[in-house]
Amino acid sequence: MNVSIAAQSPPIISLQNARFSYEGGVEALRGVSLNVARGENVAIVGGNGSGKTTLAKHLNGLLKPSSGKVLIGGEETSTTSVATLARTVGYVFQNPDYQLFCTSVSEEVRFGPKNMGFGHDDESALAERALKLMGISHLREQSPVSLSLGDRRKVAIASVLATSPRVLVLDEPTTGLDSVESAQLMATLGVLRSEGMTIVLITHDMRLVAQHMDRVIVMSEGRIAFDAGVEEAFSDPDRLKRCKLLAPPITVLAQRLQAQGLLTEGATTPLQLVEQLVRVRGEQQ
Amino acid sequence: MMRAFELTKTTVTYQGSDFPALNDVSIGADEGEIVLLLGSNNAGKSTFCRLLNGLVPKSTPAQIDGKVEVLGRDANRTSVARLATMVGMVFQEPENQLFCMSVEEEVAFGPENVAIPRAEIIARVEWALEAVGLTGYNARSPSNLSGGEKQRLAIAAALSMRPRLLVLDEPAYALDPTGRVDLYALLRDLRERYGMTILIAERDAEEMAELCDRMILLRNGRVVADGAPNAVLSGIDEVVAAGVSPPQIAHLSSLLADRFPGKTRPFFTTDDAEKEIADLVRATGSDAP
Repeated sequence: MNVSIAAQSPPIISLQNARFSYEGGVEALRGVSLNVARGENVAIVGGNGSGKTTLAKHLNGLLKPSSGKVLIGGEETSTTSVATLARTVGYVFQNPDYQLFCTSVSEEVRFGPKNMGFGHDDESALAERALKLMGISHLREQSPVSLSLGDRRKVAIASVLATSPRVLVLDEPTTGLDSVESAQLMATLGVLRSEGMTIVLITHDMRLVAQHMDRVIVMSEGRIAFDAGVEEAFSDPDRLKRCKLLAPPITVLAQRLQAQGLLTEGATTPLQLVEQLVRVRGEQQ
Repeated sequence: MMRAFELTKTTVTYQGSDFPALNDVSIGADEGEIVLLLGSNNAGKSTFCRLLNGLVPKSTPAQIDGKVEVLGRDANRTSVARLATMVGMVFQEPENQLFCMSVEEEVAFGPENVAIPRAEIIARVEWALEAVGLTGYNARSPSNLSGGEKQRLAIAAALSMRPRLLVLDEPAYALDPTGRVDLYALLRDLRERYGMTILIAERDAEEMAELCDRMILLRNGRVVADGAPNAVLSGIDEVVAAGVSPPQIAHLSSLLADRFPGKTRPFFTTDDAEKEIADLVRATGSDAP
């Protein structure tokens, strides 16, 4: 590791040979080491049972390693309370119903900051900002149970954002959302990211990873199979397949066209690919 | 050939709701077809699926106008028990429908409930486990299976009733990318080997053109498109407007046709896309004005 860079900005998340076994003996993490720097945008992907959710739950101390170390904001999770860790890392569960329990959206979103001892004024300001960011200010007075899954998920994210964490970990946040809701959610994450939020996204949807993330950590059988920039991660179809993953069709097509010399860069969306072709044809004429 | 299902001017309005979940839908499928029902949340996909096995209106009360026929019978006048022998249902999250201590019990549960003789049940369990690739899993605990295995078990539990129509509501929901590929291969295999009719509800059309014979696009409870996959996917604007994720390659084909009118032929596979785009780029010199 480059010592001077590491000294300048210590990683906000650091795992050092972390191992974890569930009761009954299944070893879900078999020695995982990684660093996430502030402001990074990281996807954790892998097949069913690869250990990605177990890894994610170590990032806010919900689970503590059986051996090895997990440091969040410099604090070892095994000796730090979940409440303290929650000031650094906000965790959004896959099923929003696991975290929603108040009678109104506004109460729900204020619960976190209130519980953390922010004063009343800060609490209101944080809640209002979170509601606005998620585009759900108009739902303030509604009961979370009366909302659609997409809106319940926005409330769940807003209530985590209201605690102003520095890292947001989201477990399969687009599951159950349709294309419009999913695009809205990813756009919101883009806004948070541009404000410096560190984002860790666990997902099965490789199109989202290709379009929105910078770095991909691929889990397989409790270990990191590879950890790479998004373009490199999708460049080896066989390696992906061994980890039960497939690159998105546009990414694959763009790579093949590049190999033929027909494109100069990759593409992750149909529109990007068309825009490149427009440029290529323009240059040729 | 018998029709697997036939909806005729069917409108479904749930009790306490002012808006119909399905609105004047007339559509059906032949036996042996693989049909994809596409739509966003609240488009009416789950209502459509649940009509076919009587869960709507028998479990979720609703006003039903028009006709629902399943394998030649009026679904409204057929008991849920009888429909359960004709229509197999697989839901989004397999965990919601698995509750037995062993794989074998799970698969035997349906036939036991309709009083099928023991020897016949044993034969069906073996057949269903073989069909989904879980032979030898009999004594395993369902809770210790992987996500993909659980989904296969849920399908085996539906198959043991020997249904002629298999309905799957977002079956790929919890599966990893290669798990989805395996699931689609299994569904095609069930159709090839047993002539089963398969109806799949989905909100994402990626990978689906190779799986199904037909796509039905639902929007706000109405059918807005119905046809061969490539025909439906050629109207990509309608697919997008319905809140469905279009396949990336079909989407690209449509964007290219808009940007370079008359210069490319429609394509739906990565191979065809590569050829069309190579031709487009290489033809630039010759078609310049």
